[in-house]
Amino acid sequence: MLKIAYYPGCSGQGTSLEYDTSTRAVCKALDVELVDIPDWSCCGSTPAHTVNHVLSAALSARNLAQVESMGMTKATTPCPSCLTNLRTASHKMDDPEFKDKVNALLDVPCRNAVDTQSVLQVLAENVDPDLIKGKVVKPLSGIKIACYYGCIMNRPPEVMKFDHHENPMAMDNLMALLGAEVVPFPLKVECCGASYGIPRGDIVHRLSGKLLDAARDVGADAIVTACPLCQMNLDLRQGQINDALRENFRIPVFYYTQLLGYALGIDRAELGFEKLCVDPRLALGRIKQPQQAM
Amino acid sequence: MQIFNLADADQGFTAEVEARSHQNVKTCYQCGNCTAGCPYTFAYDYSVSQIMRLVQTGQKEAVLKCRSIWLCGSCQSCTTRCPNKIDVALIMDVCRHMAREEGYATERSVKVFADSFLESVERHGRAYELGLMASYMTRSGRVFTDVDLAPQVLMRGKLPFKPHPIQGREQVARIFERFRKGGKNA
Repeated sequence: MLKIAYYPGCSGQGTSLEYDTSTRAVCKALDVELVDIPDWSCCGSTPAHTVNHVLSAALSARNLAQVESMGMTKATTPCPSCLTNLRTASHKMDDPEFKDKVNALLDVPCRNAVDTQSVLQVLAENVDPDLIKGKVVKPLSGIKIACYYGCIMNRPPEVMKFDHHENPMAMDNLMALLGAEVVPFPLKVECCGASYGIPRGDIVHRLSGKLLDAARDVGADAIVTACPLCQMNLDLRQGQINDALRENFRIPVFYYTQLLGYALGIDRAELGFEKLCVDPRLALGRIKQPQQAM
Repeated sequence: MQIFNLADADQGFTAEVEARSHQNVKTCYQCGNCTAGCPYTFAYDYSVSQIMRLVQTGQKEAVLKCRSIWLCGSCQSCTTRCPNKIDVALIMDVCRHMAREEGYATERSVKVFADSFLESVERHGRAYELGLMASYMTRSGRVFTDVDLAPQVLMRGKLPFKPHPIQGREQVARIFERFRKGGKNA
C-alpha cells in the first residue's frame, strides 16, 4: 500500500468539503493511504505570493517541515493552488540563499526534502489502471464529460513536472477508463478568473462564462474539474454568470473524485453530490445502469 | 500613442525588477506571445508585453501605477509560452510587490481582498472563509458582495460559522511578525 502525507487545504474544510471527503474515499478504495499532516496551516494561497515570495514560501515551508517531522518525503494535495505554492516554495528553496531567508521566518527550519504532487498525479502515476478498472462497479457509460484542469496544475512545466502543459490527459484517461465519453475540450488549461470572484466578479463572469460556453459547444453533459476555485467559479457562480451574460447555462461541475467514487460504488454520503449548486441529477441520470452497459 | 524619450529611462528600476525576479528582461523581443495567451487582457490597461517593454525602458511610474499588475491571475500562460524562457508572471508579481511597497494600489478591492485573506491566516493559522468575507466587506465598503450566493453556500453547509484554529497558529503569526521586521528583504 502506498503511504503518503496528505495536505487537505483550507477550502477542503469549507467550500470544497465534498472534494476532500470524496478524495479520501477514493484513495482508500484504491489502496492509497493518506496520512494527515499534523497541525497543517494555510499555504498562503494567491494573496501571499502577490505580497512577497519569501513570506509565501515560508507559509508553505512550515507545512513541508511538518511532513519532514513525520519522517516522510512525499506529500499530496487535491488543490492545485496549494500544490503550486508548496511546489514553488520547494523549487525556490533549491537556491540556498532563498532557503536561508525562508528559514529565518520559521520556528522549525525546513530541510526542503519533500516532493509534493497533486492527488491526480499520484492516481495517474502510482495506481495501476487495471486495478482501477477491476474495481469499477458502475461504469460511467452514457455521460459526456469535458475535463477541465484549470490553469496551474501543469504550468509552468519546469515546476509542476506533470502531464502535458498545453494538453494534459490524466483526467481524460481516467474518465475514459471509467467508461465515460470524454469530449475534446479546447479550453482545458484556460484560466477561470481565479480568485477575482469577490473583488472583481465581472472578470470571473466573463472568463468562466467562456468555459461554460465552450463546454456547451462540445456537447458536454457535465464539466469535471480538479480545482476547488475553478469548481466554485463555474458552479456556485453559474447563476451570476447567467445574469451577467444573459445566458441560461445549466451545466453541473463535478470534482473528478466524485465521479471516480461513483464508478467505484462508494457510498453517496461521502461523495457529496448534494453540495453541488447546479443540480447534477439530469447528468447522472444519463449514466446507463450496469446491466444495460454490459 | 505615448512618446517616451529613452534617455529618461530609470535604469535603476529595470535593474531592481531583474534582481528581484532573477530574470533578464533584455531578452524580451516583443513577440507578443504572452499577450496573445493572456485571458485578462480585456481588463488590463497595459497588455503583458507592454508591461515588459515599460520595464525594459525603465518607466517606473507607468508600471507601478497601472491596473494590469493587480489583475494578473498568475495563470502562468505567459511564462509557459515565452520563447525566451522569461518568467513573465513572476515579473508581474514582482511589480505588484514593488507597487505595494511604494503605496500604490490601483485596484483597491484586489489589495483589500489579499489583505483580508492574509489577516485571517495570521489570526487563525488557516483561512477562515466567513470571517474573511466579513472583513473584506467592512474594509472595502462593498457590503453586498456575493450576498446573492449566501443562501446557496449556507444551505449546503459549505461555509462553517467558526474558524478552525490550529495549535501552531502562534507559529504562523510569528512568520508574519518576522516578515514585517525584515521588510522587503525578509
